[in-house]
Amino acid sequence: MKLEEIIRILNLKIITSEKFLNRTITGGYASDLLSDVIANAQSGNLWITMQTHINIVAVAVLKELSAIIIVNGRNPADDTIKKAEEQGVVIMCSDLPAFKLCGKLYELGIGKDN
Amino acid sequence: MNEVFSQTYEIRGNDFQNAGKVSTDIKTLLKQLGIRPEIIRKVAIACYEAEMNIVMYAKIGTMRMDIDTEKIKITVSDQGPGIADIELAMTEGYSTATQEMREMGFGAGMGLPNIKKNSDEFKIESTLGIGTKLEITIFIN
Repeated sequence: MKLEEIIRILNLKIITSEKFLNRTITGGYASDLLSDVIANAQSGNLWITMQTHINIVAVAVLKELSAIIIVNGRNPADDTIKKAEEQGVVIMCSDLPAFKLCGKLYELGIGKDN
Repeated sequence: MNEVFSQTYEIRGNDFQNAGKVSTDIKTLLKQLGIRPEIIRKVAIACYEAEMNIVMYAKIGTMRMDIDTEKIKITVSDQGPGIADIELAMTEGYSTATQEMREMGFGAGMGLPNIKKNSDEFKIESTLGIGTKLEITIFIN
């Protein structure tokens, strides 16, 4: 499934790197601990988190994540947005809490195969 | 060591704006050199954790990468507070991170354990008030 396919269904707000929405999603990982994501997320995963600060961008770049989804109606900091645009990291926001968003993603088939 | 490539990077303490850049640069370089993805993955995790430790705790540090036909060796040296109890610092879940760092999602107590887990050989030396040195070796084949 591509990023662009989940945006409308889940009512996600695109914050950065709109031109990369044709990326394929390989699964998902939900965590607010950066070391956990570095150790365990897989390339192409969606990362579901409440973290909004600039360091989430380096994690997404290093792990080659398909996108970051920030939950609970939170918004990324200005320097996070700037860096994400520079590095081609897609950031999207959802009003849902992490558990509900993960459930909806799973219902769409994301993460069922891995 | 039958050295074919060597590069040293500087990492500044408390520079959260650029934190992760050195690890990303190393990863890009290893890709260009045609290193296998599973090896790059291990190097990237180890480098990121070591880089973040410098950013969070040290004044300044360097990360030197030496690559030969057999292995990738990463030597990380910092000028910082040092580690009082290395065994305790190597325990998963133990962290001396501040509350502010924890709120940012650091301080999970996974840094040094993750480095060791992704290394084939791992050495750590630390002197209180002077700094810490890590030697991380990952075999290519």
